[in-house]
Amino acid sequence: MTSVTENAVPIASAKRGVDDQLIAFAVMTVVLLVLPQIFYPFVIMQALCFGLFACAFNLLIGYSGLLSFGHAMFLGTASYICAHSLKVWGWPPEVAILAGTATSALLSVVSGWIAIRRQGIYFAMITLALSQLLYFVYVQAKFTHGEDGIQGVRPGTFLGMFDLSQPMTLYYVVLAFFLFGFLVIYRTINSPFGEVLKSIRENEQRAISLGYKTDQYKLMAFVLSGTLAGLAGAVKVLVVQNASLTDVHWSMSGEVVLMTLVGGLGTVFGPVVGAFVIVGMQQYLAGFGQWVTVIQGVIFVVCVLAFRRGIVGEIGHLLRRSL
Amino acid sequence: MAINTQAMMAQLLVGLINGSFYALLSLGLAVIFGMLNIINFAHGALYMMGAFCAYFLFNLFGLNYWWALILSPIAVGIVGMIIERTMLRWLTGLDHLYGLLLTFGLVLIIQGLFQNYFGTSGLPYEMPDLLKGGTNLGFMFLPTYRAWVVVFSLVVCLATWFVIEKTRLGAYLRAATENPTLVRAFGINVPRMITLTYGLGVGLAALAGVLSAPINQVRPLMGADLIIVVFAVVVIGGMGSIMGSIVTGFMLGVLEGLTKYFYPEASNTVVFVFMVLVLLVKPTGLTGRAA
Repeated sequence: MTSVTENAVPIASAKRGVDDQLIAFAVMTVVLLVLPQIFYPFVIMQALCFGLFACAFNLLIGYSGLLSFGHAMFLGTASYICAHSLKVWGWPPEVAILAGTATSALLSVVSGWIAIRRQGIYFAMITLALSQLLYFVYVQAKFTHGEDGIQGVRPGTFLGMFDLSQPMTLYYVVLAFFLFGFLVIYRTINSPFGEVLKSIRENEQRAISLGYKTDQYKLMAFVLSGTLAGLAGAVKVLVVQNASLTDVHWSMSGEVVLMTLVGGLGTVFGPVVGAFVIVGMQQYLAGFGQWVTVIQGVIFVVCVLAFRRGIVGEIGHLLRRSL
Repeated sequence: MAINTQAMMAQLLVGLINGSFYALLSLGLAVIFGMLNIINFAHGALYMMGAFCAYFLFNLFGLNYWWALILSPIAVGIVGMIIERTMLRWLTGLDHLYGLLLTFGLVLIIQGLFQNYFGTSGLPYEMPDLLKGGTNLGFMFLPTYRAWVVVFSLVVCLATWFVIEKTRLGAYLRAATENPTLVRAFGINVPRMITLTYGLGVGLAALAGVLSAPINQVRPLMGADLIIVVFAVVVIGGMGSIMGSIVTGFMLGVLEGLTKYFYPEASNTVVFVFMVLVLLVKPTGLTGRAA
C-alpha cells in the first residue's frame, strides 16, 4: 500500500526534525509579528484563518492518511454559530468563538463516527456527501439567511479588554488564535498519539495487528481536525464580519485541499505557506472572475502530476530536512 | 392525508428520470473505478460537456437530437481518452486519492471555462418533434420525452451490463480488473483497454447529459451538484457490481421523487440521509464487498 504523502520521514531523523521545526517556528512567528507593518493586515488575517484551516485538514490527510472532502462543514458551521451568537444574541467574541468551535467539535464527532466506517476513497466521498447534506440544511435554515448569509457582524471587545474594531488589535488576537491552533497540531503530531496516527497512515493492517484500535485513533484525529477547522471558521467571522454559504460549499472543501497540496501534504509548515499562496493569488487575481477557478484547477493538476511534495516538502527535500 | 395520484405519479416520473441519470453516471464510475482505480470526480463536468456538445451540434452544425445522441458521447469519450492518456496514466501505482484530486482539478478547469463563456444561466435545447407531446393514461399524463428517457437509459444500462458480464470483451475487462499483469501476459493490450474503458465510462456520462438537455436546460454547473449525489449513490450501492449500480441508481431516484411529493423540504437531502442510514446498518454498502 502506498502512502498518500511523499513527505514522510523515517523516525530516526525525527529528533533533528524537531530542532529544525523549532527554528522554522520562531522565524514564522517573527515574520507574522512584523508582516502587518508591511502588508495590508486584512489579507494576512484571512490567510492566517485559512492557514489554520489547512493545518487542521493536514492533520488528517498528512498524518493519518484520511482525505476529507467535506472539511468546509466544520469551517462553515462554526462561522454560522459564531456570527449568529455575536449578532443576534450579543455574546462577547470569546464566548461566540467557543460556541462555534464547540458546535464544530460536536459535528465532527457525529460525522467522523459515520465516515470512518469506510476507508480511502469511500471516506472522501462520504465526507463530501455529509457536507453537502449540511449545505442544503443551511440553505433552508432560517438563522443562516440563505443566500444573503449573516452580514455586518460586529466583532465586539475580546475578553473585555481588546477592542476588535481596531485593525491591529484584531490582527494580534487572530495571530494568537492561529499560533495556539498551530501549536496544538504541532504537539499532537509529535506525541505518541501522533506516532500511532502515522503508523496507521503507513500500514493500517499492521497497526491493527499490533493491537491499536485504529478506528478510535482515526476518530480522535478527525474530531481534533474538525474542531480546529471550526476554530478557524469562528475566528474568520471576526475578520470578514460575515458568515455565508460559501464557507460550507464543496468548493471551500476543495480549496483547503489545494492549499495543503500546494504547501506540502504531511509537512508542518506547508499548509500555512499554501494558504498564503492561494489567498494571495485570489487577492491578486480578484478581477479575473472565473479564470481564478480555472487557474486553481490548473495548479491542482500540475501539483498532482509533477509537484506532489508541495513547496515546503520540496524545500525540505532539497535541504534533507523535515519541515 | 389524501394522496393526489396525478401529482404523486408526476413526481415519481421525475424521480425515475433522475434515477436514470444516477444509474448511467454511477455505472460509468463503477466501470472506471474497476479498471483505473480512480474515482472520476470529473464525471459531472463531462456529463455537462455532453449536454453542451448537443447544444453546439445543433446551433453550429444544425445536427439534431438524434445525431447528438450518437456524436456527443463519442466526442466526449475522445476528450476522456485524451485525459486518460495525457494525465491519469501517470498516476498508476500512486494512492487512489491522487486520482480524485487530479480529476477534481479538471472539474475546476472545465466548469470555470464554460462559466467564462456561458455564465451560469441555462441555455434552451429543443426537444425532438417525434418525442413531443404525451399520452393520457387515465390516472396520469405521461409526457413522451420523459418516458423515452427512462426506457432508453434502462436499455443502455442493461446493454452495458450485458457487454461487461456476458461477452468475451467484458470477460477480458473483468479479468484485467482482477489482475492486469496476468492479462497482459496473455498478450492482451491492457493499457489500451484502460483508455477505452475510461472513454466508455465518460461516454455514458455524456449520453446522460444529452438526455437531460431538453428537460433541465444546458448549464455549466449542471453536473456540479449531481456528481456529489452520485457519489452518495456509489457509497450506498458499492462499486463491486454493475447491476448493483443500476438498481441503486433507479431506486434512489424513485426515493427522491417520492420525497418530493410527501416532504419536499427534504428532497435535496434524502439521498444523503439514506446514505448515513446504510452506513450505520451495513457499512459495506447494499451490494457491497468490503473495500
